[in-house]
Amino acid sequence: MNEHLLSMHDVTADDVIRILDTAESFREVGTRVIKKVPALRGRTVVNLFYENSTRTRISFELAAKRLSADVINFSSGGSSVSKGESLKDTALTLQAMGADAIVIRHASSGSPFQLTKWVRGHVLNAGDGTHEHPTQALLDLYTMRERLGRLEGLRVAIVGDVLHSRVARSLSFGLVKMGADVTLVGPATLIPPDAPQWGVQVSHDVDGVLPKLDVCYLLRVQTERQRLEYFPSVREYARLFGLNRARVGLLPEGSLIMHPGPMNRGVEIDSDVADLPQSVIEDQVTNGIAVRMALLYLLLGGRHADAADEVAGG
Amino acid sequence: MASPEMLFRGARVVDPRAGRDEVADVHVRDGVVADVGSGLDAASAEIVECDGLVLAPGLVDLHTHLREPGFEHKETVETGTRAAAAGGYTAVAPMANTDPVADDASVIAQVRTAAALAGLADVFPVGAITKGLQGEVLAEIGEMVAAGVRVFSDDGRCVPTARTLRNALTYASAFDDAVIAEHCEDDSLSIGQQMHEGSSSSSLGLAGQPAAAEDAIVFRDIEMARLTGGRLHICHLSSARSVELVRRAKADGLRVTAEVTPHHLVFTDEDLRTYDTNRKVNPPLRSEADRDALRWGLADGTIDAIATDHAPHAVEEKEAEFDRAPPGTIGLETALAVALTKLVAPGIISLVRAVETLSSTPASILGARDHGGPIEAGRPANLVLFDPQERWTVEPPFVSKSRNCAFTGSDLIGRVRSTVLHGELTVSEGKATR
Repeated sequence: MNEHLLSMHDVTADDVIRILDTAESFREVGTRVIKKVPALRGRTVVNLFYENSTRTRISFELAAKRLSADVINFSSGGSSVSKGESLKDTALTLQAMGADAIVIRHASSGSPFQLTKWVRGHVLNAGDGTHEHPTQALLDLYTMRERLGRLEGLRVAIVGDVLHSRVARSLSFGLVKMGADVTLVGPATLIPPDAPQWGVQVSHDVDGVLPKLDVCYLLRVQTERQRLEYFPSVREYARLFGLNRARVGLLPEGSLIMHPGPMNRGVEIDSDVADLPQSVIEDQVTNGIAVRMALLYLLLGGRHADAADEVAGG
Repeated sequence: MASPEMLFRGARVVDPRAGRDEVADVHVRDGVVADVGSGLDAASAEIVECDGLVLAPGLVDLHTHLREPGFEHKETVETGTRAAAAGGYTAVAPMANTDPVADDASVIAQVRTAAALAGLADVFPVGAITKGLQGEVLAEIGEMVAAGVRVFSDDGRCVPTARTLRNALTYASAFDDAVIAEHCEDDSLSIGQQMHEGSSSSSLGLAGQPAAAEDAIVFRDIEMARLTGGRLHICHLSSARSVELVRRAKADGLRVTAEVTPHHLVFTDEDLRTYDTNRKVNPPLRSEADRDALRWGLADGTIDAIATDHAPHAVEEKEAEFDRAPPGTIGLETALAVALTKLVAPGIISLVRAVETLSSTPASILGARDHGGPIEAGRPANLVLFDPQERWTVEPPFVSKSRNCAFTGSDLIGRVRSTVLHGELTVSEGKATR
């Protein structure tokens, strides 16, 4: 595996399998009374969060703690960052303190790449601007594989604001890598013009796509004003693309509904749809911890999945 | 200080205006070329053996940011002209986007004074088209013309409306040869833009600016040149479509010229894969097809000049998140070698054409009469001597005060040995003399 996880382009299909297999062995740890293994004892993981994110930060924090690593949470509010310290200086400080891994969330695309130039530790991208969110993609792949038994040949639609979604990018790259059949669905203004070059299909007709799916993956629709120049109204969006009861009926039996959260109930997903049994949104959250444990473990600790079996099983 | 007397012996003299590309001796005395020929003898002259070296008119940059006044932490007139001399330039045209803006004769005079004190290159300040670069009220173009300004530009910004541009072209046409140089970019299509819009921007998650943002304004501006008969120069052309628009404008006989930067002739949007902020430039690096169209546009005469758009920024400004880093690359020290390595060596343009686009034509556009050749008896001795074979790798330190160079790490062929400004060496044996 690569030294860092910056993009889904950093991992091969074999790496993905190894990560998911390792995560599977860690999944069991989360079901124990004492949810902790000593795999990364004495190692330091820094969560460097320049953007608010409760779920991703907590997920990484739990993952590192369950591996017995020392965890430092560094968020932009109330730190030297709010005093105008540059990313580089913050990176050099963390480097000097001996961070073994830095998990970075930043509003600027590419920041994790830049971080690798300034630190020796491993860098994990926890979401950078509108670029990528590879750990989200991996936990989604884990969830799909767990529920449907495979990734190859899966028919997946990613519905919503693909243009501004780092989740959509990472997930598309990951699914295509694993041989899935991906369709991006959304208003034409919210699909990147060159998206077909990712190896995906594009559609603007959600009703036409739904009957052919194994997974309907909904993206959060940003309703801030600057996004609204891309489509006329939230109401029109919900009418054309929102997953409501009637549309769920178009999905084949056994298909999954997924969402990276946080959800806008009533916009991209109707409230009662989110709570249907085929909606696996909570599984995604649970699996996120195991997948992030696997990633920290593989990047920082062992190089072999069977070692993880020993640790997790022992 | 009396000018030294020098005899450049056995140089390959490349002089587009004289139509010369042959081995000759060039005798320089009292600031001017005393004689050109073979077997020249000058007992009192310092002899410079030029076997295997090229002697050409000193390079002329139509598009430089010297940053003074206002941004001296990035560059000053002195450091910028020293970088120019190191790159073989004898004349540069600093843009008006300083603080205060060069929109009246006093700022022009300030830049000129600093340049004269440094004595490293002839400086031809560009005046603003509109007051404060605000795009509304015309700057005092007449007063600046009287102060010797020839080219006007709001570079860094596009003149926002066709109406203002029309007035600028019309107003300036009353002054002989005044040139309106446009930064062509439709702002509404480039809000938040970080790079060219294409497959790379999609996968890098960076907001893109389509080539149409440039093309739409190039089209608008050419129509305004047609309407007014004004003299239009298009800065840093970056797209294939814009090259075609300029080609047609020229075929229609309009008074339109255009420049291209070394970095747009070499790099594409694919070169941003590692989020290298030194390759964040405006206009952005575009597709391979655009890059190739620029090369052929330069070769066939559609594009008149290579201009550096030398845009220094402090280290801490560039060592930032991609979307926070300001656009721009320095270019004065690398332009000649880039042209030799990437255009002349692969046979895209001849050496004569390279010198023409780096010196003679920009000198004509700028009205820099002492520059660009011909290298003939009685002409001011503004020259560059370079080794067309020397290989080097671009890396800091730079002569410029800044080191944001898109070419850092590139292996280039061709290096300046000496630069002669009005008969005096500003660079000798590759080193600054002052």
